Amino acid sequence: METLRFLLKKLIEDRVALLGALLILLLIFTAIAAPFLATFPEDIAEFHPPNRLIAPDGTFWFGTDRMGSDIYSRILFGARITITIAIIAIGVSVIIGVPIGLIAGYYHTWFSDLLMRTSDIFLAVPQIVLAIAIAQTLGPSIENIILALSATYWPFWTRLVYAETRSIQKETFIEANIALGASPIRVMFMHVLPNISSSIIVRTTIGMGGTILTAATLGFLGLGAPPPSPEWGRMIAESREFLPEAWWYATAPGLAIFLVVMGFNLFGDGLRDILDPRIRRSVRHDD
Amino acid sequence: MTTDLLNVSDLRVSFATDTGVARVLDKVNFSIRRGEIVGLVGESGCGKTTLARAILGVLPVNSARIDGGRIQFQSENLLEMPSERLSKEVRGRTITFIPQDPFSSFNPVFTIGSQITDLMRWKSPLRNTQGLTRGSPWWSLRRYEKQRFKADRARVLELLRAVQLPDPEAILRKYPHEISGGQRQRLMIAQALLPEPQLIIADEPTTALDVTIQAQILKLLRQLAHDRDIAVLFTTHDLGTTYEICDRITVMYAGQEMESATASDFFNRPSHPYTQKLLESLPRDKERIQGIPGDIPTLISPPTGCRFHPRCDRADKTCADTRPAAKSIWTNHTVRCYHPNTDPEVHRELINQPYPDP
Amino acid sequence: MRLLVLIINRLLWFFPTILGLMVITFTISHVIPADPVAFVAGDNATNEQIEALRAQLGLDRPMHVQLFHYILNLARGDFGVSLYTLRPISEDLASRLPATMELTIVSVLVSTLIGVPLGVISAIRRNSFLDHVVRVFTVSGLAIASFWFAILLQLFFAMELDWTPLQGRTSGWGPEHVTGFFLVDSLLSWDLSELRAAALHLILPVTTLAFPAMATIVRFTRAGVLNAMNSNYVLYEEAMGFPKRVIIWKYILRNALIGTVTQIGLIFGILIAGAVVVEAVFDWPGLGYYAVQSIIQSDYNAIMGFTFVTGVLFIIVNLLVDIAQIFIDPREA
Repeated sequence: METLRFLLKKLIEDRVALLGALLILLLIFTAIAAPFLATFPEDIAEFHPPNRLIAPDGTFWFGTDRMGSDIYSRILFGARITITIAIIAIGVSVIIGVPIGLIAGYYHTWFSDLLMRTSDIFLAVPQIVLAIAIAQTLGPSIENIILALSATYWPFWTRLVYAETRSIQKETFIEANIALGASPIRVMFMHVLPNISSSIIVRTTIGMGGTILTAATLGFLGLGAPPPSPEWGRMIAESREFLPEAWWYATAPGLAIFLVVMGFNLFGDGLRDILDPRIRRSVRHDD
Repeated sequence: MTTDLLNVSDLRVSFATDTGVARVLDKVNFSIRRGEIVGLVGESGCGKTTLARAILGVLPVNSARIDGGRIQFQSENLLEMPSERLSKEVRGRTITFIPQDPFSSFNPVFTIGSQITDLMRWKSPLRNTQGLTRGSPWWSLRRYEKQRFKADRARVLELLRAVQLPDPEAILRKYPHEISGGQRQRLMIAQALLPEPQLIIADEPTTALDVTIQAQILKLLRQLAHDRDIAVLFTTHDLGTTYEICDRITVMYAGQEMESATASDFFNRPSHPYTQKLLESLPRDKERIQGIPGDIPTLISPPTGCRFHPRCDRADKTCADTRPAAKSIWTNHTVRCYHPNTDPEVHRELINQPYPDP
Repeated sequence: MRLLVLIINRLLWFFPTILGLMVITFTISHVIPADPVAFVAGDNATNEQIEALRAQLGLDRPMHVQLFHYILNLARGDFGVSLYTLRPISEDLASRLPATMELTIVSVLVSTLIGVPLGVISAIRRNSFLDHVVRVFTVSGLAIASFWFAILLQLFFAMELDWTPLQGRTSGWGPEHVTGFFLVDSLLSWDLSELRAAALHLILPVTTLAFPAMATIVRFTRAGVLNAMNSNYVLYEEAMGFPKRVIIWKYILRNALIGTVTQIGLIFGILIAGAVVVEAVFDWPGLGYYAVQSIIQSDYNAIMGFTFVTGVLFIIVNLLVDIAQIFIDPREA
């Protein structure tokens, strides 16, 4: 409770991180309240060809797309897709990546080396290229996007947790627990994990931004949910044949991606400043 | 006081911290004569490093502020000197520096030789006569005349031998991480001597070193400085080492200087209550170490008057009101205390303690 | 001597990593699909056709035999044929490689040449107006979707202002083919109009690609410089009165760049990933464009070839960065 209040206080002081937090809250709020906020909620599935490509006005705030659907409403529902993909993909990556990193870091055997070499090979290929290959093989759908992202994202957490576990292992309290006969599982999850959790949280927050960007890219390449799903990346891809006349078509989804990713990045940077004592800014006057 | 090489008077420095403004130096007075080795002694946090850095003009730009006082060096106030002149003509030239940690004070990615070459390029004493005149184009600053380079290099090798470094030519080709801590500090001493300065500021030069080589390095520094008539300001928290090498000793507490005397007088007749407590707290035979009762004061809201008064058993109301002025109790021996303890009996008791082997 | 051992050690890891990469692409292409042959043959194939194709592709053999042949073929540079054009994939990739390399190399140069000085200056003048502007800039660079940024650039500079071409690599036939790098080729044949065309066509794609890369370089350089500025050796150099510009541009920068160079491997990853979408938006005839077309045509053989080649490129770049690291940082050796 005390730490939470400390965090909150620091967060409010750091205005940039606060802005990030607000952007994230806005995304979550939009995703939940989409049916109430949308002016034309039925436009997610329905077409109105007569309203095709109308510039923004009082009725269609962000204009309409090639099918005559209201872009504003589609953006709101797109937030649901974005946040679902990001949360599940990151969640799965953390659930896979963290225990592997813990085990590889805790034990010093050939098995640790094997685990780390495997994750190194995954890291040796640009993540998005692997994700494209997997998503393409599986076929375009939201589930497959999530699968492709999870399958390629977990090594980032493995690397991080491995390094942190190795460095914390030498601390006295960990050695004391081992000496007292605590089981390895207990030491790993009750003692090591809580002590490295702040790095994991920071990495996860920034990872959310990266995942949303990658997911949007896959959508743009036509690997995401098939139409008429209001996926932001796909909306931008659709807009290309109507440029430069329909200038508004790509504006709203592009801005939405930009603000959301920015929100996670700013919040993550702020969290790192607060949580990571190694780079905490301090005024030194040593004597 | 025409003989003073350096005279610091009423110097006040404060630091901005997360919790408030810390008044790290509070009207400090301090002086060094030509060729004199002065020890500046105090616990960590007493402001001795801040004083050293203030003299060099390298206080942290963002957090430190000089609130008043003067730093008279030769005939000029360093605090009023333009920073460019300070950097060109004083730092590394008439005042040089020996850092606390010889490991991290070498740049890790350049060889020792290239770092010394850069030092000599700008700070060699030969540069005065053959160096650049004002108004030269900027690119000529990179020029390092072959003739001067040769002369400088000969001096470098000679000095490296003087600080007892084996095979100087080989050392110049090495990277800092490839040589030992003692060798690094010998190099630092050589680099401080190379520009033929008037004053060397040595900030706890041996704390990072192994105890066994501390004494060797200090004796070397003392001898080399005395031979060349160079003054040394030597900060330390260890009274034992000052006894080894210093001509005069000044004690600081919480940003104020307390007592100043020649080395022998200082150890024979220590008169400030704080100095006496400091000597008492040195480890004696068969006895456990005694600390000074009370805590080091916070510098954000320091005690008024004499900053030592809350921990002093001789303090009275005046001590808390105004800080005592410097009082000369014997020749070359001043204290800033209303009630110095000059009782010969107390002195005898303190002297009879064995000083720790340096 | 120790330097040599270290380099050989790094080189030795190269081959297991490539082998691991082969196993991953094999898994994606042969194990994940329920029936890869049916997948390849398409929805309209009859059962006999599928079985015939299965035997033809050698997919009726046990998995480990398939893996063995797969690795053998890749090692010989045989990536199979495109399912769409029936041309050998290795030839397709080889002919498109120079276009992508030209794009990424120019982007690395641009982002480094702008990013490093910007990072140094914003560190020196931290919390100044300039530093804040640079920070907004870098934060945007890391948050913006490059395909959207590319479209915005096209919309504004190509369509609205007509300053740059909209897409493609050149407006004519391209310079006489020597290296495949249009900038180099046009210089070699001294064809200045082609040089101008090649440079103009590079502007928008390079801007798109270099923006996030530059943001990364600025961040790391700035952090590295700040870190060095707080170090004891800079305090020493200042206390000894070294000229300020020498301290900054020689002593601090050299230390800060060690971190930045490490990042170039990562940056190359950003660039290759970015190249896929940037080439798609600008119709740039490189590997990324090829990959996007293969996605549209469901040409999974070609996609695996692309994945493998970019993986190998990425691994080679990281190997070079590792070796460069040994030379830059004497503590590594």
